Amino acid sequence: MKKLKATLLAIAVGGAGVLMSAPATADLVFPSLSYRTGPYAVNGIPYADGYADYMTLVNERDGGVGGVKARILECETGYNTQKGVECYESTKGEGALVYHPLSTGITYQLIPKATADGIPIHSMGYGRTSAANGTVFSHIFNYPANYWNGASHAVNHILSENDGDIKGKKIALVYHNSAYGKEPIRTLEELSAKHGYDLTLIPVDHPGQEQKSQWLQIRRERPDYVVMWGWGVMNQVAIQEAANIRFPMENFIGVWWSGSENDVIPAGAKANGYKALTFHQVGTEYAVFEDLKKYVVDAGKAAGNGDQVGTVLYNRGLYAGFLTVEAVKKAQEIHGTADITSEMMRDGMEALEITSDIMASAGMSAFGPEFNVSCDNHGGPGLGAVQQWDANAGTWKLISEFEPSDMDVISALITEDSDAFAGENNIEARKCG
Amino acid sequence: MFYRQAGDFKTTYRGDIQTFPLRQDRIAYYLMLAFAFLVVPFVINDYWASAVLIPFLILAIASLGLNILTGYCGLVSLGTGGFMAVGAYACYKLMTAFPDLNMMIVVLLAGFITAAVGLLFGIPSLRIKGFYLAVATLAAQFFLVWLFNKVPWFYNYSASGQINAPERTMLGFEVTGANAEPAVSYLFCLTILTVLALIARNLTRGRIGRSWMAIRDMDIAAEIIGVNPLKTKLSAFAVSSFYIGVAGALFFSVYLGAVEVGEVFGINQSFLILFMIIIGGLGSIFGSFAGAAFMVLMPVLLKNIMVGGLGWPTDIAAHIEFMVVGGLIVIFLIVEPHGLAQLWRVAKEKLLLWPFPH
Repeated sequence: MKKLKATLLAIAVGGAGVLMSAPATADLVFPSLSYRTGPYAVNGIPYADGYADYMTLVNERDGGVGGVKARILECETGYNTQKGVECYESTKGEGALVYHPLSTGITYQLIPKATADGIPIHSMGYGRTSAANGTVFSHIFNYPANYWNGASHAVNHILSENDGDIKGKKIALVYHNSAYGKEPIRTLEELSAKHGYDLTLIPVDHPGQEQKSQWLQIRRERPDYVVMWGWGVMNQVAIQEAANIRFPMENFIGVWWSGSENDVIPAGAKANGYKALTFHQVGTEYAVFEDLKKYVVDAGKAAGNGDQVGTVLYNRGLYAGFLTVEAVKKAQEIHGTADITSEMMRDGMEALEITSDIMASAGMSAFGPEFNVSCDNHGGPGLGAVQQWDANAGTWKLISEFEPSDMDVISALITEDSDAFAGENNIEARKCG
Repeated sequence: MFYRQAGDFKTTYRGDIQTFPLRQDRIAYYLMLAFAFLVVPFVINDYWASAVLIPFLILAIASLGLNILTGYCGLVSLGTGGFMAVGAYACYKLMTAFPDLNMMIVVLLAGFITAAVGLLFGIPSLRIKGFYLAVATLAAQFFLVWLFNKVPWFYNYSASGQINAPERTMLGFEVTGANAEPAVSYLFCLTILTVLALIARNLTRGRIGRSWMAIRDMDIAAEIIGVNPLKTKLSAFAVSSFYIGVAGALFFSVYLGAVEVGEVFGINQSFLILFMIIIGGLGSIFGSFAGAAFMVLMPVLLKNIMVGGLGWPTDIAAHIEFMVVGGLIVIFLIVEPHGLAQLWRVAKEKLLLWPFPH
């Protein structure tokens, strides 16, 4: 009987929770659509931890942003779009300020919904690339860099290794067969026409645990370079397979989502020399990590198990938290109120300026490039660097500066794709400035 | 005592063969319809619509469709996800090719296109049975998903390979797109479900449904008494695919708005709907509804209790949710292999006799 009562109580409490999800007042709500389960959890966990820990740090060290505490609302999506939509609907009523879906598929779902609800989305380095066109996508931001920048960075890196001439070279793209993996294809095709390399497309279906046939094809066709757009368990399998066919690791370049510790460690020493792109720094040589240790980790307030601090994707989550908090500050400054709404947040994001002073004051000196966001450019400058894995030391190291991408090619593609979206959905382009 | 047959006289054949022979059942049915049509639209919000009710309504259509094929005609299909994808892509192509077309017509046309595709893939069912047919439909599943990924014409050459539902209206109200009111989308799906469920119920009670069941129970005997297996099996495939296609079209256009074929209409979707009809009850219209409700509501309820109510970490809640739902499926299969529909039947029979069982 007691058990039954407890169960009934639990159900009643749960039911009440559903019905009374009343908006709490005076805090900054940041939903975190995370995934700590499923084939993408290896990459989802560090990112979610980094994002949550930065918010905890801001609360503990600074007493919130402008005196208002930040609150993380975590919702498990499992990288699944249906669950992502459910998470969005269940959290938006609590005064959500900005969404980081951390999934290109979910971002695509949320673009029209969030725009209609007036809530900004920050798809940092993922999502719909043409959302960089702020005149069409008013509430979607993908600064500081997007997929097409990434594709161009990879090609630029290959160019720089070959003294600027890659005519006749073979480049294979191994990609997750989804909206995410298909994003760079157009850019790589355009660049192939420009630079004269041959492009081979090799799709890997979700979740990517089985890639024997793809790597057999690579072994047969012997491309000079392999570029990868992978995520989750697919990354480690691909790197392992590349090691198995003795593909030279320094000619294997992953996008920034295919370059974390969890992706290379399973292949052991054979992964040495593997390269990946990035748009922020790696490592823990920043003042912010001392604060994190003091206020968050040692205080027992770290998200998850607290064992991800300093990994590549943790740093990315941290960076996402940092950019979000800076946008909140900007919004508070513009509107003169500490308790901002999602529309004010959007204005803050659109006016965001990341200078070296701002980064230094957050303890993240030169953690990423300096950049501005503007009304018509929601994508930032698209600077990126290349990082390389050192298997002996077990660390990633940046082997290039943050460099620009081929914006001549990319800008034209962005205009074309965003115009197509505007046409399909009867969106009138906004006037800027 | 309260729920009884006594005093409920039938004086016509019509009265005797109606869907709900008991007056109380009939009243309950009409009350429920009235509640669904007249009360829910006024209290519905975005969360209830897009997390609970709309997926339930749409998946109920899909499980009705699969139940016709598997439950009534005995042909096991693992291609449901693929056929839903056909519905979704047909819907997308029609929506973008004819922007002014009424959404209802688009959805029905998508259903008919899926029916044609289903007919095609149904042809092997004349030769193969049981597990072998399941494997053949599995091939259809993988082929269709591959096709929609491979041929850019299906997704209008978009860079991401995704299809996005533009805003479309029905009688001046927006049904699809981000600005659609939840009540409108809900009523749109509810209307289609109600009509399709009525048709399914009457089909299965009529000649065609009886021939399906004859084939299911023993195909050789059915053939001997004059049931044409070709016509029967293909009609089951066509009707079932029509339902599944309509469900796929709605799933894409009204519920999700943007679809990635490999993820949304993959093999998982096929299994989900198969689980729905197994848990709900094979060969039962009520079972299709019960199974869909169970599979849609259970995870949402568990999540709200564990994360919203008890404040547990999301990953633990997600893992427990897997275990609980999986465990319940196993328990159901052991304790009541005929599904929720059988439980419901038994409960009603007991209730009819209560409190004097002798």
